[in-house]
Amino acid sequence: MSTVSMTVNGKVVASVVEDRTLLVDFIREHLRLTGTHVGCDTSQCGACVVHVNGKAMKSCTMLAAAADGADVTTIEGVANGDLHPMQKAFNDNHGLQCGFCTPGMIMSGIDMVNRYKAEGKTLDEAAIRAELEGNICRCTGYHNIVKSIQQAAGEM
Amino acid sequence: MQSTTYHKASSAADAAAKLAGAEDGTLLAGGQTLIPTMKQRLAAPTDLVDISGIEEMRTIDARPPTVTIGAAVTHAEVAASAEIRAVCPSICDLASHIGDPAVRHRGTIGGSVANNDPAADYPAAMLALNATIKTNKREIAADEFFQGMFTTALDEGEIITSISFDVPEKGAYAKFPNPASRYAMCGVFVAQGGGGVRVAVTGAGDDGVYRNADMETALASNFSADALDGVTVSADGMLSDLHGDAAYRANLVKVMAKRAVAAAG
Repeated sequence: MSTVSMTVNGKVVASVVEDRTLLVDFIREHLRLTGTHVGCDTSQCGACVVHVNGKAMKSCTMLAAAADGADVTTIEGVANGDLHPMQKAFNDNHGLQCGFCTPGMIMSGIDMVNRYKAEGKTLDEAAIRAELEGNICRCTGYHNIVKSIQQAAGEM
Repeated sequence: MQSTTYHKASSAADAAAKLAGAEDGTLLAGGQTLIPTMKQRLAAPTDLVDISGIEEMRTIDARPPTVTIGAAVTHAEVAASAEIRAVCPSICDLASHIGDPAVRHRGTIGGSVANNDPAADYPAAMLALNATIKTNKREIAADEFFQGMFTTALDEGEIITSISFDVPEKGAYAKFPNPASRYAMCGVFVAQGGGGVRVAVTGAGDDGVYRNADMETALASNFSADALDGVTVSADGMLSDLHGDAAYRANLVKVMAKRAVAAAG
C-alpha cells in the first residue's frame, strides 16, 4: 500500500491504495469520478483517456502510483461553468449515440487540438481520423465525431 | 493484476539498487506493454521499479554526427523533436506511427528496445542504423543486442540508459500496419551511411527483427528500388498467422523494402 497524491481537476487528492491500483480505478473507485470509463481494459478503446500533465493517456494502462504528484484532468474537469467547446461541439453535431466512448473521445479531441495548435499544424479531417486511432466507437461510425472535433478545433 | 510493490527510481544507479533488492522485480518504463501483460497475469513481478521519471534518461542530443536518445524519452517526444527531425527525420516518422497518440505519450524507446517485440518498429531502426545500446554496465552494438523474439543481450538487472546512432546519409522506414493493432505486419528500415547499406526487417520474421543480406548487397552497388527487383525473399522463416501467411509476408518484405528505398531517395 502506498499513499498516492495528485491534483485532479484542480483539487489536491490523496488516498492510500494498493500499489497495483490502476489510475482509472483510482479515479473511479477512490475519487468516485465515474465519467472516465473502462471499455476494453486492454489499451485499445480509449474510453479511459484522461490528461496527465496536459497529455492524453490511457488511464487503464498506467498505475495510480506512477501519477503521484501529477496534474490530472478528467472529463468532469473540462467544463468551466459553460460546456467546453469540445463538449458543445459533440452536442451540436450529435457526435455520440450511446455515449460510452464520449468522455475518451472528448479528452482525445481536446488533446489533439491543443497539440496541433502548439505545433502550428492544421487539424484537417484526415488528421482527425488518424489521431482517433486509439479511440473506438461502436455506434456512430465516427462521422459526427470527426465533425464535432473539426468544429471545436475552430473554436478552441 | 497480481499484487506488486511499486518503487520510483531517481537515477539509473538507484534503479539498479532497487532491482537488486527485489525478489522478482522488473523495470517499469512507459508500461504500455508491461501493464497489459500484468493485467493478463502473464507477468507477475513482485516489484516494479519505475524508471520513467529519471532525468538523466530523458534527454535528446542530436548534434551530428551522433544522435543520442535517452531510454525514457517517449515516442511522442521523438516524433515531435525538431532537433532529431533536422538530421534524421525517418526516426521521427517511425515514432509517430507507433500505437496511438495516448500510447505514444507514455511508451518509451528504451522500453520498446528492451522488449524486442517481433512486430515492434524501433528494433528495425536500431538494427538498420547500427545503433549502440548503452546500459548502466556497458555498450552493446545492435547486431549483438537483438537475439530473437523477445530476447536481447541484456543481463538480469541491466538497464538501458540511452541509444545512440550516427546520422545516416539516407534512411527511411516503410511499414505495413495490421489494420486492427497497428503493429507492423512487416516494417523495413533501410539506411545508408558510413558502414554501408543496412536493411532491417521487423514484423515478418518468425524470430524477431533481422537483417536481409541479399538486399544490402544489391543496394550497396545501386541504391534504388529497382535494384531489389532481382532479390528473392523466401517464405522460409516468415511468420504465418491469421493476419497473413508466410508467402504473403515474404512478399511484403520486398514491397516495404522498395518503398523504404524510394522514400529514402
